[in-house]
Amino acid sequence: MNFWEYISTAHQQLLADAYQHASAVFQCMVVATVIGVVIGVVTYRSEWAGNLATTTTSTILTIPSLAMIGLLIPIVGLGVPPTVISLTLYGLLPIVRNSIVGLRGVDPSLIDAASGIGMSRMARLAKVELPLAWPPILTGIRVSTQMLMGIAAIAAYASGPGLGNEIFRGIASLGSKNALNQVLAGTVGIIILALLFDAAYVLIGRLTIPRGIRV
Amino acid sequence: MSDSVPEAPTAATTATVTADGGAGESGSTTGATIELENLTKRYPGSAAPAVDNVSLEIKAGETVIFVGPSGGGKTTLLKMINRLIEPTSGRIRIGGEDVTDMDPVKLRRKVGYAIQSSGLFPHMTVAQNIALVPKMTGWSKSKIKARVEEMLDLVGLDPAEFRGRYPRQLSGGQQQRVGVARALAADPPVLLMDEPFGAVDPITRDHLQDELIRLQRELHKTIVFVTHDFDEAIKIGDRIVVLRERSHIAQFDTPEAILTNPVDDFVSGFVGAGAALKRLNLTRVRDVEVTDYPTVQVDDPLQTIFDKLRDAGTNELLLLDKRRRPYKWLRRGDLMRAKGSLARAGTLVHDTVTRDATLRDALEAVLIDNAGRVAVTGRRGEYEGVVDMETLMNSVHELLDADRLEAVEHQHELEELRAQQTHQEQEGEGGPKA
Ligand SMILES: Nc1ncnc2c1ncn2[C@@H]1O[C@H](COP(=O)(O)OP(=O)(O)OP(=O)(O)O)[C@@H](O)[C@H]1O
Ligand SMILES: [Mg+2]
Repeated sequence: MNFWEYISTAHQQLLADAYQHASAVFQCMVVATVIGVVIGVVTYRSEWAGNLATTTTSTILTIPSLAMIGLLIPIVGLGVPPTVISLTLYGLLPIVRNSIVGLRGVDPSLIDAASGIGMSRMARLAKVELPLAWPPILTGIRVSTQMLMGIAAIAAYASGPGLGNEIFRGIASLGSKNALNQVLAGTVGIIILALLFDAAYVLIGRLTIPRGIRV
Repeated sequence: MSDSVPEAPTAATTATVTADGGAGESGSTTGATIELENLTKRYPGSAAPAVDNVSLEIKAGETVIFVGPSGGGKTTLLKMINRLIEPTSGRIRIGGEDVTDMDPVKLRRKVGYAIQSSGLFPHMTVAQNIALVPKMTGWSKSKIKARVEEMLDLVGLDPAEFRGRYPRQLSGGQQQRVGVARALAADPPVLLMDEPFGAVDPITRDHLQDELIRLQRELHKTIVFVTHDFDEAIKIGDRIVVLRERSHIAQFDTPEAILTNPVDDFVSGFVGAGAALKRLNLTRVRDVEVTDYPTVQVDDPLQTIFDKLRDAGTNELLLLDKRRRPYKWLRRGDLMRAKGSLARAGTLVHDTVTRDATLRDALEAVLIDNAGRVAVTGRRGEYEGVVDMETLMNSVHELLDADRLEAVEHQHELEELRAQQTHQEQEGEGGPKA
């Protein structure tokens, strides 16, 4: 059976896996974005707090994904929980780092002007600082998503959802006639999903970055 | 001498009342007094204070300029007025009201603020930028919209063209105009400006200065304006505060007094060369004596012209055209030589000045004219009189003398005040001991 024949017989399973993969990544990204931006907002004003946040999240990223899931299974069990927790943790770094860099990069004279015309701290954050820091934050979200697409495949190890199952099945049955096709189908599926998400981000950028600061 | 002092608080009270009553499209809020009392700012980690015990009273509706060397604490002093920088000690009163402990956000909505880089938010359109403060103060949508148009008109930008633009689609000068419009949008009684025209080219700066002067003539806000440029200071300011390091006041007086009577070498260093010439910029032709000159009109009969030429004390007449505008200078011999033809006789009038021209412009015109005089004209170009070298020199001497007298008087007052203060301080110190 060649690759295309395999796809046509297994497409139902593949689509279901792809959907679950995308949905897991998407949900984890939403959570990671909220947490990441909040961490950024809370820490960017202080030198050491900002550095602590960046260092911590980048340390998380150095933990091998297999080890992370392995460590989580005894605590939260198999399936969805370890997947969601590890993906969210991995997704934090680019968002936290870009939020801090973006917020710190806002021209100080604009902050001065914002306070000077009578904006409260919250108004200044919501109307001036976050909108101006949004382009780098969005870039962080994009990088995060790309990363999570690959990492999410490992979730199958903990019986999590997604295209990782396809890959793991292939690896488990190496030598059988469909092994290579399975690994290939899972990998290509992940790449396609990543490209689709990226296209979506370009669109989101167009819609949400104000025309005045679009490059 | 100080009759005008009691007036200031009254004006201020009315100003605050209107400000609280909500500024409407009709009748804008005029200035409020600003009193700074022993203001000191010590930045953490630096031994010497950046601003050291400054006391200053600014009258309602007055434009006061802070000039001084870089790093002298001008910005720090200015930002303490709207408490962007919290003073280490001292009090601030605006319109008689002590604002030192007021909620700074509330305070700043009553104090317009414009800075060098214009401070426009790049992600908002011109209209959105201008609408910010009115929106925060809770104006209705329709009122805000009308106000944005009004402000754009006020600063000389066509609303239809500029309303929807983003700051990066504007020139530096246009950005500054929008910055000023935003600062004035909620009609604050006080406007603080920190080197607002520092980053634009000299020609645009000149325009913006003229614009500000015109605006202020309409609005009568209390403006505090920081600059490095002494020429800008004398052009815009009603009074100038020359600050030395740590914002110590070297001299606080009218531009005229500072130009003619700088109190010390520091101030004269700041005034720079050519003080007398700069002084000419501050007086208009209408403030000096314009001499009457014998005139005739083109449609007068030739005989009248001949008679006048003979009778007039001078040997020259000014020939006016049908609309009484200066046309030609006519000397005695001219008509003879031209064989009685007015069209060929005399020399054409090249240059005239209006009553609004500065004495400097008039001097320039007089210097260029080969007979050393220039005709002064009214609004429609009609003849009003003549200024010549002699009248100019006399006027300038009178002006300088008057300035000097006034400055000496001011200095006496200041010294008396200081003497009183020291006296009081000494008594205060002596009291408990005795
Ligand atoms: N945030 C700050 N922290 C510590 N020191 C400061 C701070 N801001 C200003 N200073 C110091 O206070 C002094 C006065 O600064 P300020 O900005 O008020 O001067 P300035 O007169 O406005 O100068 P310039 O004409 O260059 O704008 C300077 O010596 C400056 O280094
Ligand atoms: Mg400054």
